[in-house]
Amino acid sequence: MSETLSIVDLHVSVGEKPILKGVCMTVRRGEIHALMGPNGSGKSTLGFAIMGHPGYRVTQGRVDLDGHDVLAMAPHERARAGVFLAFQRPVSIPGVKMADFLRHAATNVRRPERKEGEELLPMRQFRKELNEKMQQLKIDPEFARRYVNEGFSGGEMKRAEILQMAMLRPRFAILDETDSGLDVDAVRLASQSIAEIGGEEMGILIITHHEQLLEHNKPHFTHVMLGGRIVETGGPELAMELHKRGYDRIRAAHPEAAADEDALESMAAGSKN
Amino acid sequence: MTPTELARGFTQESFEAFLADRQEPDWSIARRREAWSRFCDTPLPDRSLEEWMRTDIRGFKLEQYTLPSSHGEAASCRSPGSLLREAVEVSAATTTIDSQHGELLIDPKLAAQGVLFGSLDRLLAEHGDLLRPYLFAAVDGQADKFAALHAACWSGGTLLYVPRGVVVEHPIHMLSVLSPRGVDLGHALIVLGEGAEATVLAETASIEASAAGLHCGAVELHVASRARLRYVNLQNWGTGVWHFAHQRALVGQDATLQWTIGALGSRLAKVNQHVALVGRGADAQVNGVMFTEGKQHLSYHTLQHHQASQCTSDLLYKGALQDQSRLVWRGMIKVDHDAQQTDGYQRDDNLILSDKARADSIPGLEIEADDVKCSHGATAGRVDEDQIFYACCRGLTRKEATRMIVAGFFQQVFDRITIESVRVALGEAIGRRVREYH
Repeated sequence: MSETLSIVDLHVSVGEKPILKGVCMTVRRGEIHALMGPNGSGKSTLGFAIMGHPGYRVTQGRVDLDGHDVLAMAPHERARAGVFLAFQRPVSIPGVKMADFLRHAATNVRRPERKEGEELLPMRQFRKELNEKMQQLKIDPEFARRYVNEGFSGGEMKRAEILQMAMLRPRFAILDETDSGLDVDAVRLASQSIAEIGGEEMGILIITHHEQLLEHNKPHFTHVMLGGRIVETGGPELAMELHKRGYDRIRAAHPEAAADEDALESMAAGSKN
Repeated sequence: MTPTELARGFTQESFEAFLADRQEPDWSIARRREAWSRFCDTPLPDRSLEEWMRTDIRGFKLEQYTLPSSHGEAASCRSPGSLLREAVEVSAATTTIDSQHGELLIDPKLAAQGVLFGSLDRLLAEHGDLLRPYLFAAVDGQADKFAALHAACWSGGTLLYVPRGVVVEHPIHMLSVLSPRGVDLGHALIVLGEGAEATVLAETASIEASAAGLHCGAVELHVASRARLRYVNLQNWGTGVWHFAHQRALVGQDATLQWTIGALGSRLAKVNQHVALVGRGADAQVNGVMFTEGKQHLSYHTLQHHQASQCTSDLLYKGALQDQSRLVWRGMIKVDHDAQQTDGYQRDDNLILSDKARADSIPGLEIEADDVKCSHGATAGRVDEDQIFYACCRGLTRKEATRMIVAGFFQQVFDRITIESVRVALGEAIGRRVREYH
């Protein structure tokens, strides 16, 4: 069986509010998928639901990893099974050094059966690998001694997410707006880094508004999300079109989803006020 | 009279028998009598007093305990392991059981330099005149019923006297152990002469993890001008122990004190930790690391008293609480009229790990000088679910993530503790205790 992450008819609610309304997608290892769509269409929700965020309730559908039921797993088990989410807004953990955090993370993911308290990756080997990866990603070695995401700039946080992906070597990665808040050069660097790390080893789902991140990661498939469902799927040319012309054509072509989208957006706006 | 004939409780009769056994200067006996009458005249504190309103000791029965005896079979029983002494080279070390001295170790070079270390009972008999200006000069033996009981009946105890200019290279370790239903009325007297330097690791433990016991103690730290003292108290009594203590440091001109409290044990603790900056340019750093669980109740009342000008005091307490435990911190920075150019800070952060735990932080300032910089802060919060989810997404179990977040919470105070073995011991002891919460 080829290695796949398959999402079948996924419905997800936050509180009582349905966000995703039947998402289907299959990502094979070695493939790059782009997921685009306006703000609030449900893209980040898909990432959180796949990782098992407790605030995101799956009401219908399945997520399978090589035929295993991902939804039955706790978040740490999903990570150990090889699923990775690069957060749009990474969380800071004061007092915990990046290197210590990553050593625990990398050990757990590489030895999924590890129990807490059992040995970690040997320090020397881990350090060497971390230094190499930081060099490759042009990250200051001082980074390893800083606290996880604490006081990081937007660009540093996103690079730290890519560094974590490089160290954890997942089979499937979801990158949630890894380009947001970055300047053009930083996006280019991120794009190159993802390409270097990903390659044939990973299935990648890139959530983005822009095509720059796709520069070095030409998508095999582009999906457009609107109103909590995927309304169109195409090749790299679709990503290019959305970047150039926006979502007007998509909205016009899918009035029902567009109406849902507007409803969701006004609810979101209402809850913010 | 043999100790077995002593009545239970703290009675006039048992006090007289206790005094008859003492071999110490008359002035000390006279002070004990004075404190005893204060003890007899003072009721146990109750919650009508501001200082005790958050700390309920109605479950405490003084009559269940008895005066210590110098005839004790002490120190022959097996003592629990030390957390702080592992892999640490020490200049001197002592262990007491129920405040009676057992083994004593001291580097002969130190003795040759005039350093006195060991049983305060014994050293007071031998060096009464030397110690008279220090004993009960820092702590007030009249402060409350427990202070008076201690001042009247203290026994055993440990003295460290470091003469002027002497630098003690390695830490000095003091372990105080309580036996089941034991009583520890130990007094720690630390005197550093001008320009002297020492590091003291004081730790407490119980032979049985949950047996009842009473510690009613005092710590006096005299840090003369230009002296440097690092003092660590690791309070790790068993969870049946009532722990009452008055602790006070006097820090002289241009002297430095780093005082670290680790509080893990006891059923109920009521501790007054006071620092008085009595000489110009004195500097005190106070660190607190607290972890409570079960039904523990730990109450710390701190005072940073600036009596001289240009002094600095910086207090950072951090506590984590699980189960139904409770932490109380009441902090005060007091700046006297003449203590100009004071720089004082106090902060207490608490991390609440369960629904039923509770932390009270009450900072306070009392400032009479006009050219000062003083501030305070306090926080209390739960472990952030977003942090846990983030760590779980990196393959950490919920428990492992919680442990790591708790360790991170304490890191800021660990970063200030300059003694590696203390950081490691506290970090590991806390790590072992953190449980999983949903």
